[in-house]
Amino acid sequence: MADPFIDPDVVSRVLAGAVGTGAEFAEVYAEDRRVTGLSLDDGKVEQVSSGRDRGAGIRVVNGETTGFAYTADLSEAGLLAAARAAASAAAGGQGGVRNVGLVQSPAHIVSPISVYPDTIAKATKVEMLLRANDAARSGNPAIVQVSAGIGDSRRRIMVANTDGLLAGDEQVRVNFRVSAVASGDTGMQTGVRSIGGTIGFELFDQHDVSDLARGAAEQALTKLRARPAPSGSMPVVIKCGTGGVLFHEACGHGLEADLVSKGASVYAGRRGELVASPLITLVDDGTMSGEWGAIGIDDEGHPSQRNVLIENGVLTEYMWDFLRARKEGRPQSGNGRRQSYMHLPMVRMTNTFVLNGTEEPDEIIRATDQGVYVAQLGGGSVDTASGDFVFGMVEAYLIENGQITEPLREGNLIGNGPQVLQDIDLLGNDFAMGSPGTCGKDGQGVPVGDGQPTLRVRALTVGGTAA
Amino acid sequence: MSELLEIADRIAAQARPGEQVEAYVSRGTETSVRVYRGEVEQFTSAQSEGVGVRIIRDGRTGFAYAGTLDSGVLNEVLADARDNVTFGTPDEYAALASPDGVAVRPQSLWDERLEQCSTEDKVRLALDLERMTLAGDPRIRVDSADYADGAGEAAVVTSTGIRSSGRENGCYVSVSTLADENGETMTGFGFAVGRDPFALDSAKAAKEAVERATRLLGAGKPASRRTTVVLDPYVTAQFLGVISSTVNGEAVAKGRSLFKDRLGDLVASPLITLVDDPTDSRAYTATEVDGEGLAARRNLIVEGGRLNQFVHSSYSARRVGTVSTGNAVRGGFRGSPGCGCMAMQLVPGNRSPEELIASVDDGVLIQMVQGLHSGVNPVSGDFSTGASGLTIRNGSLAEPVREFTIASTLQRMLMDVAALGNDLEWLPMRATGLSMVIHDVTVSGT
Repeated sequence: MADPFIDPDVVSRVLAGAVGTGAEFAEVYAEDRRVTGLSLDDGKVEQVSSGRDRGAGIRVVNGETTGFAYTADLSEAGLLAAARAAASAAAGGQGGVRNVGLVQSPAHIVSPISVYPDTIAKATKVEMLLRANDAARSGNPAIVQVSAGIGDSRRRIMVANTDGLLAGDEQVRVNFRVSAVASGDTGMQTGVRSIGGTIGFELFDQHDVSDLARGAAEQALTKLRARPAPSGSMPVVIKCGTGGVLFHEACGHGLEADLVSKGASVYAGRRGELVASPLITLVDDGTMSGEWGAIGIDDEGHPSQRNVLIENGVLTEYMWDFLRARKEGRPQSGNGRRQSYMHLPMVRMTNTFVLNGTEEPDEIIRATDQGVYVAQLGGGSVDTASGDFVFGMVEAYLIENGQITEPLREGNLIGNGPQVLQDIDLLGNDFAMGSPGTCGKDGQGVPVGDGQPTLRVRALTVGGTAA
Repeated sequence: MSELLEIADRIAAQARPGEQVEAYVSRGTETSVRVYRGEVEQFTSAQSEGVGVRIIRDGRTGFAYAGTLDSGVLNEVLADARDNVTFGTPDEYAALASPDGVAVRPQSLWDERLEQCSTEDKVRLALDLERMTLAGDPRIRVDSADYADGAGEAAVVTSTGIRSSGRENGCYVSVSTLADENGETMTGFGFAVGRDPFALDSAKAAKEAVERATRLLGAGKPASRRTTVVLDPYVTAQFLGVISSTVNGEAVAKGRSLFKDRLGDLVASPLITLVDDPTDSRAYTATEVDGEGLAARRNLIVEGGRLNQFVHSSYSARRVGTVSTGNAVRGGFRGSPGCGCMAMQLVPGNRSPEELIASVDDGVLIQMVQGLHSGVNPVSGDFSTGASGLTIRNGSLAEPVREFTIASTLQRMLMDVAALGNDLEWLPMRATGLSMVIHDVTVSGT
């Protein structure tokens, strides 16, 4: 598993070549990724596809400058050419010869795989899609369209650098999603369910695709009865396992050391301060076995780890990549990630979540006179400098007199990160992880997980159209 | 170029009886420079290439790709696609495009001056942009200043007679800014796009990045109300991006468009005339051929508010009994083509943005929206997005506002368009921008 797929002697010579112009640090990141995807739409398995990407990215650091080049040619000649390109991009310094001795790191396996997805017949995956299609439509004439997809990937990486590091990892991921369109007098509405993990096909031991499909159909049908969401500031209760994106956006990004050190985060210089309600303990944990954001090592070769970012409301630590940690004399935290060998690593989250509180979820709703209950949040985004963030309500209901009442049409919620963290006044005891996500930053997407117990925010702005 | 066509020819020639085979082959180079505080922070220089093969047999579709053009791998990709084809569901409409006789309108998508631009010049462009931006206002910091360019060539050949190829290059500079005052920080951005690096308007990029950040300093939340909004050209272009999925022929064929039964109906204000025209070389996404290798063409989607046509790939066209409008879109060799708008353009109005603002008694100029991907549902039409901008009072710009949402439905917003500006702006998106006034939008703030 952790076997290097390029000869370590070749890598040593490439690294030596990369620092031959006097640069202080060089790194080779090689990746071999195979993907399979099947998609169903309009009752048909429209397309079965598969692909392979294989290549290496070479990074050379010289003072404040990073040179980077990548190539799909993994021969020694191809790698040396990329090394020269990266070195000349980071030009400067004195030439010299350095030998690079590599020491293989022990494997760090956090998500052992039972059933590799490439051992599953494509016909089986086809059958799962058709089953989901049938389940969503069955007995529901108002469901007018269903789409579903199943995908898996097997990604082997190898990282070596001039500090002598040589590490490898294999990341296997499986995901499934289904969406339904319902049509009625009020127009069309959509429902969606998705699951995924850094896991093999055993994912489907815990999840039945028919149940997921029925869930998506149910959500679309419910929304046909929805009325316009209210507008303005009000209490918002977020169901467990559906709102981790709130923390990902509201504070996770602001705790990434690259943004912090450029002064582009509201959390810069605030370590040790109370930045959230004392109810909140926020963790980023790449070792969470089987979760979508789990990794054995990060894309700079550092083993994944559990990092407590906020403890009882106090900011304890930021997340780091190699360059920022080195510059500021901090330990790496296993958060240096990249989309592929064609990208430079930067500070990224893995699985980000809030630990349990003590309240019964039902009590949280009962304690809320008027407000909104969000049963599923959609994607979001944040301006890390101001802390202003936004995310979508995919499924939401009105709360009236402590009861969940009518379904609401879609809309955005908006708030300010630091303010919302202070405004969380009730925290449930029903922690759950959420659906798989892709976090985008600076044009790169990486798989991330999130989670939280049911909670209440005293005031958020709901962006509906009703008065 | 001829080399890519030859590779694609060789793959398509291997089609067996009963098979349609399409080979899409591409190769590209890119350079990017990021500077910070007067020094190069990152410099990337890279080349990439790959092939995607689509096979259709008995109405089933299989696809495979590889990120290399190694001759040994090409046959593997063909074999993988052939294996994949056995598992799909037969679809009587599945087929590759065939030549339709529409002539390609030649365009200038390649600029030699970019080829001749030295590494030193590229670094200088990024450094100049950072310097100009910092000089714009003492409250401004620069988060990053970038120069990036790319050049690519691609060929698509099918066993049904399509054979096309093309190349293009382009470059841009962009800067993101932070403005500090009284312990609060606001962000901004600016960019300039083109094919000739020496013609990029860095001064305008710097000015916009400074303005966007500084004019939000001191912003509060607006009062919740129904009011008039004026969309900045950049925001209008994003809005058009949402509208595009409602006129997508594939969404229409599959019953996923809210306009599916509305051809010929008045769906927008009579002020709205919308074309999709990738044959206009000024557009960032201009192209000679679409993702299936058919000639790109100008399509009139909405005329005077009336829905005139949808856009189609050959597949969506076959499903609804019409012909392709040259709107197969393809993201590269890793995927097969879908259907979509390529270069949308609103026919401009005749008033300047200043005149439009002067015509509004009470409203908000929307400078930026946040969360279009999460709060807008193009199937139901629900529209809700985070926003920031400036209050408009008695025809003049007043205090800045942020942390609020604007909401309506796509259907209503199109009908409620009250005026269009004459400030057509070419943006690095699939749509151009101009200022647009929309009545009766819900603002949620305090």
